[in-house]
Amino acid sequence: MFAYYLDLALRSLKRNRVLTALMVLAIAVGIGASMTTLTVMHLLSGDPLPGKSATLFFPQVNPNPYVDAPRQPYDMMDYRSAVDLWSAHRADRQALFAHGQMKLTSPTSKLPPLMARVLSTTSDFFPMFDVPFRYGHGWSAQDDADRTRIAVISSDLNNKLFNGADSVGRTLRLQDADVRIVGVLRPWRPSPLFYDVAGGRFDGGQTGDFYGRPEDVFLPLESSLDINPGGFNFFTCWSMPKDTNMQTSPCVWVTLWVQLDSVAKVRGYRRFVADYAAQQKALGRFSRADDTQLRSLMEWLDFNRVVPSDVRLQTWLAFAFLLICLFNTVGLLLAKFLRRAGEIGVRRALGASRAAVLAQCLVEAGLIGLLGGVGGLLLTLLGLWLVRRQPVAYADLVHLDTAMFLLTFALAIATSLLAGLLPALRASRMAPGLQLKIT
Amino acid sequence: MQIRPIFAALRKHRLATFLISVEIALACAVLCNACFLIVNRVQQIHAHSGVDEGALAAIKLTGFDEDQGVDLNARVLNGLAKIPGAQSVSVISAVPFGGSPNNAGITTDAEGKQFAGVVNFYSGGPGSFKALGLQLIAGRAPQDGDYQPVVHFVPDDALVWITKSLAEHAWPGVDPLGKEFWVGKPHFRVAGVVAHLARPSPGEGGPSTIDWSVFVPSQPGAHFAGTYLLRATPAQLPRVLSDARAAIATVAPDAVLDTAASKSVASLRESFFQQDGTMADILLGVITAMLLVTALGIVGLASFWVQQRRRQIGIRRALGATRRDILRYFQTENFLIVTFGIVLGMLLAFAINLLLMKHYELPRLPLYYLPFAALALWLLGQLAVLGPALRAAAVPPVVATRSV
Repeated sequence: MFAYYLDLALRSLKRNRVLTALMVLAIAVGIGASMTTLTVMHLLSGDPLPGKSATLFFPQVNPNPYVDAPRQPYDMMDYRSAVDLWSAHRADRQALFAHGQMKLTSPTSKLPPLMARVLSTTSDFFPMFDVPFRYGHGWSAQDDADRTRIAVISSDLNNKLFNGADSVGRTLRLQDADVRIVGVLRPWRPSPLFYDVAGGRFDGGQTGDFYGRPEDVFLPLESSLDINPGGFNFFTCWSMPKDTNMQTSPCVWVTLWVQLDSVAKVRGYRRFVADYAAQQKALGRFSRADDTQLRSLMEWLDFNRVVPSDVRLQTWLAFAFLLICLFNTVGLLLAKFLRRAGEIGVRRALGASRAAVLAQCLVEAGLIGLLGGVGGLLLTLLGLWLVRRQPVAYADLVHLDTAMFLLTFALAIATSLLAGLLPALRASRMAPGLQLKIT
Repeated sequence: MQIRPIFAALRKHRLATFLISVEIALACAVLCNACFLIVNRVQQIHAHSGVDEGALAAIKLTGFDEDQGVDLNARVLNGLAKIPGAQSVSVISAVPFGGSPNNAGITTDAEGKQFAGVVNFYSGGPGSFKALGLQLIAGRAPQDGDYQPVVHFVPDDALVWITKSLAEHAWPGVDPLGKEFWVGKPHFRVAGVVAHLARPSPGEGGPSTIDWSVFVPSQPGAHFAGTYLLRATPAQLPRVLSDARAAIATVAPDAVLDTAASKSVASLRESFFQQDGTMADILLGVITAMLLVTALGIVGLASFWVQQRRRQIGIRRALGATRRDILRYFQTENFLIVTFGIVLGMLLAFAINLLLMKHYELPRLPLYYLPFAALALWLLGQLAVLGPALRAAAVPPVVATRSV
């Protein structure tokens, strides 16, 4: 029966090519626009570490000592609070993070000095985030304690300085210090670069830069403090720094990420952070202890509204557009089905049930959806190609995956069936006698 | 022209009429808001910088030791001034559209109670005020004695030049010359007002604060080094800039040239607004596609109705209606449907605008967008229906006598 309806649908579509083309075009354009923006949304709102993200948490305390301190803790911590929490080792894994730039030269390469983005962190960073290594390995907790002058470099930097060769054991010059390379990463591109996400709520929706590449150089935090004591990026300060000593400055610039493998541990760690704040308040170092936070990775991304507002706006726009295309198709299908009132009347008079007429109309609508889906797929590929040419940090991430490929057709057929439902119901509800009479 | 029969006919096609009206309503709502968004973006892109963009370029160096600042300034100023065609080289903290702003909240009283907004401080070395090409509208230009050494991020007690819009914001209706303001302890006195001077990152803090800049004459030194303002005639600027970038390797081998920030102010502006430009293009594309789809929908439905009513048209024609009457009938019918859609669409437009205001910090949709959107949709409707209506008008009266 389905094959017969399909044949009927094809005949009907061929009979009025212009109207068919209009409907297919409307669905294709609507699907193309929606799927382009939806694919970008899907990529930008995705989980940067699938399978692992649920165990990663971001503790926050409010180190502001003034009574009029803001009620929200800052997005980063001062050195002392972060190191206190980190060195307690209450989580399954924990790592500190601070950002900065350092002048980098390679004694063996003839390239001019460049400013490298440096992530100063601690040994758990690599196993905690499943960071993949091409050569060598990370460093140990002992290296953190010993302030060893060692570094892990990104695959991009390794390609630039050493043409992708195994550079483990080679030396880099950072500022005025020599550091030995112990590891080289594989190409690694968590999207967004979650451990760098902070301050998103102050960015006015311009959060595209959260999707940039990871840093070029990874250094043990204490070694980094030795090499370039003032070279870290502040998040903010609650009062004017008195000197250039970052460790004692009234500024927040260090973050802590912890891995907690069970619900009980999460509960325990939450209490630990709250107790720490209460203790610091009792010591007079904090003014508030009631606003500590322990957000999970995905909660932290949500809190920072990492998906750029332009992308969200484009998605809403695309769906408004798809809705317009949907109404358009409903109108045209209504016209098309009711025009065939006579034909439907004959079928009904010959014994076809309402359900049969309904099915026939829906097969025709579905066929239009399928054709629209093919057109929509091509337009989506075109749209994604245009997105890749935009000057945004996530441009190179944009591609159509299998899930989105299938969703394109699902959405196209669902849209057309939805559009066809009302006209098909109308067509099947007409009394056969009436339909025969009016022609 | 009688409207009653048209209403009677439309009542028979309630569903189709309703659908096409809703489509037009949606189109109207999206059209108003998308146009409003485009206008907002375009206004941002065309923000006045207040400087001679075509004649200016920035050179930004990083990676040098802070205690080398004085020496570096001397070497770079000397080295770049030798480039043929360079009209002036001066030290500056940032340039418009170049990023790295020096933002601080100011108060108009020493106690720090009268908050007057977060403004950007441009530190400018000798020669930079003239090189920027700022248009002085009150007070005098900075003189040799005005350049003070930088203590924290600007001099601690200095004469400053502010923009007209900042003056109007901080001291509305009062002559700003001689007025004082503070950033905690550091104290400033207004010595002049310039027409415009955009922030290094215009747009942060809202569109009304684009011009909230303070120019502080500052003595180059250890805390004020690394960014240089280069001036040349617009024709020579590209060559002078590339010579300057090459010269840095010899005069400042200890520093790293920030290639992304060392560009002409015009190209910094272009990259600063590139994303807004792309977004405006996308919105324009969506509007075009949307209007096209809406028009095609009208054509499709009108063609169907003409086809369906051939016999009735024939009867009307046989009873004496002119071609013009038939044409008018379909045009009026379309006008009524579109009008219904527009009324619905205006309400929807305001609902969407409220959402945008809430989530995207957009101002309220000005009322004058509505008549323009209505006019555009009426025109679109009339254009779309013209083809089918002409076909209807061409139906000969003899059709009335035929049975289909």
